[in-house]
Amino acid sequence: MSAPQPTLSPLTQPYWEALHAGQLTFQKCEECDQAWLPAREACPNCLSIHWERVPAAGTAKVVSWVVYHTAYADHLAARIPYNVAVVELDEGPRMLTSIVGCRSDALLVDARIQLKITAEDGIPLPYFVLSEVNEEVVE
Amino acid sequence: MRGQTVIAGVGNTRYGKHPDRDKIDLIVAAARTALADAGLSKDMVDGVFVKIANAAPSVLYGQKVSEALGLQPKIGCALDQGGAANISLITYAALAIQAGMIDIALVCYGDTARTGSRAVYHRPRGDDAVMGWYSTAAGYAMIHQAYRQRYGTPDEHFGIVAVTARRHGANNPDAHLRVPLSMGQYLQGSYVVEPLRRDDCCLVSDGGAAIILMSNKRARQLGRSRAVPIIGLGQAQESWEVHLRPDLLHTKAADSAETAFRMAGIRREDVSFAQLYDCFTVTVLQTLEDYGLAPRGTAGARALSEGIGVDGWLPLNTAGGLLSESGTPGLQLIIEAVRQMRGEARLQVSSPRFGLVSNQGGSMHTHATLILGQPQ
Ligand SMILES: [Zn+2]
Repeated sequence: MSAPQPTLSPLTQPYWEALHAGQLTFQKCEECDQAWLPAREACPNCLSIHWERVPAAGTAKVVSWVVYHTAYADHLAARIPYNVAVVELDEGPRMLTSIVGCRSDALLVDARIQLKITAEDGIPLPYFVLSEVNEEVVE
Repeated sequence: MRGQTVIAGVGNTRYGKHPDRDKIDLIVAAARTALADAGLSKDMVDGVFVKIANAAPSVLYGQKVSEALGLQPKIGCALDQGGAANISLITYAALAIQAGMIDIALVCYGDTARTGSRAVYHRPRGDDAVMGWYSTAAGYAMIHQAYRQRYGTPDEHFGIVAVTARRHGANNPDAHLRVPLSMGQYLQGSYVVEPLRRDDCCLVSDGGAAIILMSNKRARQLGRSRAVPIIGLGQAQESWEVHLRPDLLHTKAADSAETAFRMAGIRREDVSFAQLYDCFTVTVLQTLEDYGLAPRGTAGARALSEGIGVDGWLPLNTAGGLLSESGTPGLQLIIEAVRQMRGEARLQVSSPRFGLVSNQGGSMHTHATLILGQPQ
């Protein structure tokens, strides 16, 4: 099994193009202010189709995480052990990511994290790193 | 609905490996046993309800199963609700029986995920697969991590679920895995997707299971005195993927249980045993708490101190559950609950009044609850 590619459609393409340009974006409803990921045609809260694509500040917190010790596809063998985390953007939407540049045992619930877009096989992935503010808190 | 529908027969194949056998042939084998247990000829069945298989799911599956059974039922259908589907199918079959649309229903399941394809358990999960998000286990690992972080849960609180299931399964000649597990062995198990160790994860099994439903009135007419009445049914859907749901540790299992207990008209403490969907150890702790059987964050401590064997605080998964009897999704739990209520279980709970079964699927996306009463 080879590395998966994101599905590109008129709805999802702007998300990936924004990541190429260094920005993580989400959708925000013009009717009810709901903010969400991943891309949908209609607001999952009020079903309105009137929304705008908004850049995220790139700051977030950790909700939960796992560490893969099993490579479920050949291309992942070189990555294990790697973490996948649920994070919550400060603007509200939750997403899956990987928190890079730290040991997985350094992760904590509610730890502050910062967006670090990283290209893997030419795909710009919205990874995160632990914020420096955490280290100050620890000290 | 309360008590108006009964489970009049149960049957299952041995669980484990059935190389070179078709999953539908396993269903037919289990159905033959269930029909004999109910004392019925197959032609009396006019409703066939089947959960889609995990190995190589296909379209028109209810019809393929009916064809193999040589039946042209009034209702023949397949449902996808992941692991909650079997209790949900029982619900729809019971509603159709009570509406007078059918007389006798077969609810059945067969799979060859062990010797056939287990690709579904390892699958890349949508566009998030670009992050390395693969497998069924990872969704539960995310919940397990959230649970242990919020409550400061020691590993032994998860371990007791696996250790007890394996002790129960060792007593079950039909079980897939009959090797007992010590707490020491559990704690030394290697990580699959951390924090899930090997023995936190259920089996991947081949096997078939079937039950027969009819109205209470019909069972009396046929003189089926061992028929076990269904007194409570509930369902609820979490729907949101693990990473999108607002709280990983409050699932809609609570609503499913509330609906079932309200229909049954019994209190939580009236339950004599529970067969809880243990695809992973954390789901047992989470279900006990969502169902209102233990305060939040305490189920594991109580399981460890008072036990969850047949003489414990609450006897759980007395035939081994998904961790030891069979990894097939859920019907085996219902069959064991029926055997307990009939007083025919291998590890029998003393004079059970009410039996509880949970089914759930996805990453705790789907929930269904069944409560059984005593044969009359
Ligand atoms: Zn809206």
